[in-house]
Amino acid sequence: MSGYYTSADHFALLPALMLVLFGSAILLLEFLMPKGPARTRWLVGFTLLGLASAAIALLRQHQALSAPGSRIVAFSGSFTIDSFSLYFDWLFLAAAAIVTLISYRYLEIEGEHRAEYYGLILLACSGMFFLASGADLITMFLGLELMALSFYVLVGFLKRERRSNEAAIKYFLLGSFSSSLLAYGFSLLYGLSGSTNLEEIRRAIFTRGSLDAITALAMATILAGVLFKVSAAPFHMWAPDAYAGAPTAVTAYLSVASQAASFALLLRLFNGPLSPLDQEWRPLVAGVAVATLVIGNFAALTQENVKRLIAYSSVSHAGYLLLGLVAGNTTGLRGIAVYLAIYMFANLGVLMVLIAIRTRTSGMLEEDLSDLNGLGARHPLYAAAMLVFLLSLAGIPPTGGFLGKYYIFLSLLETGHAVLAVIAALYVAVSLYYYFRIVRGMYMTQGEPGPLASSIGMNVAVAISGVATLLLGLFPEPFLRFAAGALVR
Amino acid sequence: MPAGYLPFFLFLVLAILFPLATLIVAKLIRPSAPLPVKREAYECGIPAASTSRGRYAVRFYIIAILFVIFDVETVFLFPWAVHYKALGWFGVAEVAVFLAILVVGYLWAYKKGALEWV
Repeated sequence: MSGYYTSADHFALLPALMLVLFGSAILLLEFLMPKGPARTRWLVGFTLLGLASAAIALLRQHQALSAPGSRIVAFSGSFTIDSFSLYFDWLFLAAAAIVTLISYRYLEIEGEHRAEYYGLILLACSGMFFLASGADLITMFLGLELMALSFYVLVGFLKRERRSNEAAIKYFLLGSFSSSLLAYGFSLLYGLSGSTNLEEIRRAIFTRGSLDAITALAMATILAGVLFKVSAAPFHMWAPDAYAGAPTAVTAYLSVASQAASFALLLRLFNGPLSPLDQEWRPLVAGVAVATLVIGNFAALTQENVKRLIAYSSVSHAGYLLLGLVAGNTTGLRGIAVYLAIYMFANLGVLMVLIAIRTRTSGMLEEDLSDLNGLGARHPLYAAAMLVFLLSLAGIPPTGGFLGKYYIFLSLLETGHAVLAVIAALYVAVSLYYYFRIVRGMYMTQGEPGPLASSIGMNVAVAISGVATLLLGLFPEPFLRFAAGALVR
Repeated sequence: MPAGYLPFFLFLVLAILFPLATLIVAKLIRPSAPLPVKREAYECGIPAASTSRGRYAVRFYIIAILFVIFDVETVFLFPWAVHYKALGWFGVAEVAVFLAILVVGYLWAYKKGALEWV
């Protein structure tokens, strides 16, 4: 009976296992700690310890998979560790660590500093690991739900704030709706192929050949479900409300880590079981991507709330990422990987500066654009960091953002989608307007002096994100090699 | 349409038709005697004290959720119990892990006071 949980299974599962272990233990740790500032330090330290032990387990996997194209298949083929999953796992860990660093001061000010928050961050992260590594519909669905359920609670974590509650309910209803769409599509795939294994489904669909009604229905429902998760138009309606109402640190986590995990799911499904149908879904995804660019960018123009603006801007980034999938060649897929990492640091950065420069003592959910007025004079370092992050989001050359967009556009041109490339480039110009509205407010407007909600963790996080954003733009070679390896399959 | 789905579609049609037919037939043959008391919510046979749309304490939800969690736990234990001999120590270890996770949840709920009826 030793075939159930082999050492290979254990080795493959260990990073996620560590996160679950620490995520559960931290719930009990809270009761052992005395109340007060010491407990805050313990909780943050314990969370970082959990992330570090997951990172060590991940590093060992990384070393075991040094040969290109090698992989570990565990749990009878339902869980794969390959360079793709490793790349995404590193992104998730980095996002979780940064979010932990920027959270504790924020939660303290809001009076909601609890162990559950960190437990949920760790559990959500382990759910993302299952999404990136899943090679089986059921494993992936469970991972998705583990992540999504943690996020529903995190979004409503400020339970005394009505807007936080409202955001949680909206996100929960639309999220569970999209999950059920996805589950319906999965059930059709199982009906078509008699298997939940992604590779076997791919073979079954490939031998089926032409697109019939059931295959089309399966493809359409899965596409709709996943597009909900990545907040692509016309399924983006939940994003602005959920992003604006959630605690800002959770908005940061949601907009980068959940987005990256959903793209991991998207790539696993559309480059795996649904790849024989690429002639059918490619035009659909192209249409959705253009609609996402249009809606995301134009809706962002008129926003007065910074978090809503960032929400619409992340909708538009989902559009660029989808264009990489439309191109579908190696450059495009590498572009998605590069783009996600760069977007992660920049978007986390913008939101953490928002947390740091809070100008009000209460009502932290109401971040108006005017709150940033005069930031350049008040806190030049934070303003400079914000400038770097915004430049990266807009895709201006010295920063990393340029690189991500470069690869996406290059892949579009390589595959003969010149029209899409032109549309995408035009919308970069639109996005410049709303990013520079923030910049103009920071440097060219007078503002009232306000307190800083900074902390050591916050400063470390701003420094890491800022340096990463600049380094990815200036010395991208090592990172590009790493990202290129992510897509050898 | 693939042939394998025929029973499913037949069942779908039946599932739609049967309740419709039942409702229509019942409407045709039953005597009509509308009384206000028939529209009231049922409360153990006594006259209803309040509407069924009232608000009640969130504690009920917590108790209900805890009940469901530990109820489902038993459902998961049944297959293990049936195959206890075949699974051997591996099964015991697996169930121990499963229960350990639940015990964490139980301890947490207990310490948070979710089991206390204030």
